[in-house]
Amino acid sequence: MSKNKSKNSVVEWIDYRLPIFTFLNHELNEYPTPKNLNYFWNFGSLAGITLVVMIITGIVLSMNYTAHVDYAFDSVERIMRDVNHGWLLRYIHMNGASFFFIVVYIHIFRGLYYGSYKAPREILWILGVLILLLMMATAFMGYVLPWGQMSFWGATVITNLFSAVPLVGESIVTWLWGGFSVDNPTLNRFFSLHYLLPFLIVGLVILHLVALHRFGSNNPIGIDAKGKQDTIPFHPYYTIKDLFGLSVFATIFAAAVFFFPNFMGHPDNYIPANAMQTPAHIVPEWYFLPFYAILRAIPDKLGGVLFMFGAIAVLFILPWLDKSPIRSSQFRPIYKLFFWILVFDCILLGYLGAKPAEGIYVLLSRVATGYYFFHFIILLPLLPNIEKTRPLPISISKPILSSSSFSTAAAVREKK
Amino acid sequence: MYKNLTFKIYFFIIFLCFYKTSLAASTNIEYPSQDWSFSGIFGTFDKASAQRGFQVYREVCSGCHGMRLLSYRHLSGLGYNNEELKALSAQFEITDGPNDNGEPFVRPGRPSDTFVSPYPNEQAARAANGGAYPPDLSLIVKARADGANYLHALLSGYKDAPKDFNVPEGMYYNTYYPGKLIGMPQPIYEDGVEYADGTKATELQMSKDVTTFLAWASEPEMENRKRLGVTVISFLIVFSILAYFSMKQIWAPIKKKV
Repeated sequence: MSKNKSKNSVVEWIDYRLPIFTFLNHELNEYPTPKNLNYFWNFGSLAGITLVVMIITGIVLSMNYTAHVDYAFDSVERIMRDVNHGWLLRYIHMNGASFFFIVVYIHIFRGLYYGSYKAPREILWILGVLILLLMMATAFMGYVLPWGQMSFWGATVITNLFSAVPLVGESIVTWLWGGFSVDNPTLNRFFSLHYLLPFLIVGLVILHLVALHRFGSNNPIGIDAKGKQDTIPFHPYYTIKDLFGLSVFATIFAAAVFFFPNFMGHPDNYIPANAMQTPAHIVPEWYFLPFYAILRAIPDKLGGVLFMFGAIAVLFILPWLDKSPIRSSQFRPIYKLFFWILVFDCILLGYLGAKPAEGIYVLLSRVATGYYFFHFIILLPLLPNIEKTRPLPISISKPILSSSSFSTAAAVREKK
Repeated sequence: MYKNLTFKIYFFIIFLCFYKTSLAASTNIEYPSQDWSFSGIFGTFDKASAQRGFQVYREVCSGCHGMRLLSYRHLSGLGYNNEELKALSAQFEITDGPNDNGEPFVRPGRPSDTFVSPYPNEQAARAANGGAYPPDLSLIVKARADGANYLHALLSGYKDAPKDFNVPEGMYYNTYYPGKLIGMPQPIYEDGVEYADGTKATELQMSKDVTTFLAWASEPEMENRKRLGVTVISFLIVFSILAYFSMKQIWAPIKKKV
């Protein structure tokens, strides 16, 4: 409360003993932020807000949900038909999962494009990858809860992956299931963990923010802020920008919830789970499809599982794989090209994950999987040796001063 | 820069649409698309058609297919009033119990009762239908890809099998059923029901009506949902515009320093 000392004596009394107001002022109000962030920097706050929306709708849904194989499906339908605005809560929660992944995937690719994972933000990045892992576990278990056909068979396929572990595989699967097939104990523990994990995510998000605020946001040109002239206070500049981003996001989200609520789902999940009848194609939710494609691309079961988890694991060591000291790909012409190839590769993998594992799709999956790992393990460490980077600007505000354009990013672009 | 970004986002959305279409296409046969009253973001259920469809369900489908997720009271959504629903549900016999002597007893239905199922359990249903299980219809439109068009195509898809196509005993040839062999005999024939409102009961009319009814049964919240959606999205668009200009105004001094 250094600058704008509160007139309110109660606030002052509390703040003297518990400096919560000083803290909020420091982290949310005067927090110095690079002045040149573009709209891709909106996705962090969007992800946080989506998490809160998911937790709130989830808590209310769980008040009406019954975690039992005989009642789960019907209790969800009761929410849809008889609970006041239950359909709204469920459709927000169901589509919210998809939108959470859309937002987080954009957030991650933003980090890749602008080199946000590089020193000194390695731990910030690693915390983010941990959040992604927990999100995946939470989403997977949440999809099981309505106990439709895809819930049941998806759970069966994914839990069975652990049987690939040598020697103890079968025991691990039995332990996960709490029995000898996916059944009531499985549903109960998945519900329990689905309720628990989001709160662990909240914990990690707080650490993610602590790590972020240590050095502040990266920015589109990827050089550190060199002083007051390069930064602006978070409030009101980025609070209003985040609010605008949020309102656009909410509009698109609402369009999905109200007009196309089942667009991203699978019709089979409106058929109650039946252990005696396997669906023609078992496909996971769209946000798992790239990983599913990697899993199926490897002819060996254990190998497939290792590569699938490896696709995430490689992200943990990314800050040390990419040896280039230049963060932003605006100054790395070759990396920029390969970045877009990686984006295309991931979308291709997603497409292949939805296709049956046969014919040309198998070959394409292998090539795309190969490229994914080639990009991270071979290309990134070697690239600095051959890449001629563009000269960096002197500071964040320098290119603005030297250009007539209104937009910082445009100014940077013109410099090329 | 902004033009470029807008273009990229636009391109991405177009791409996503194709992406989803290709996902859907991988598992489905194309069904002839019908002009449904409930399609589109302003679509509503044609109540008269849905009521006729309910009559078709009652007189034809319910012989084999249950709708266990619906109660008679839900039919108020089709425009029936309380008195009509009481009279309607009273026509069904419900096994309730136990009574004071510990015995199950039969009583007339109430609006709060769920639709009476034709069979007590799956085994009984299979035994009565040559091993095939007539699926519950409560969610059938949502539980099939392109559900409404699929149902309509299926109901009108009974044709004579080609000469070289072997149709086993108890199976029927249907061009729209996966594998073309279905355990359900053709359910809908011209004048199969006599419509209470005097509409001519052609095969096409009946299949359209019953599909409309089943679409309503799958998504009884749809009209509410779309109506609320129009309100919410209108608000959000106005709010976005206000937020955008507020942002421009707040950022003006920063941009001006250039």
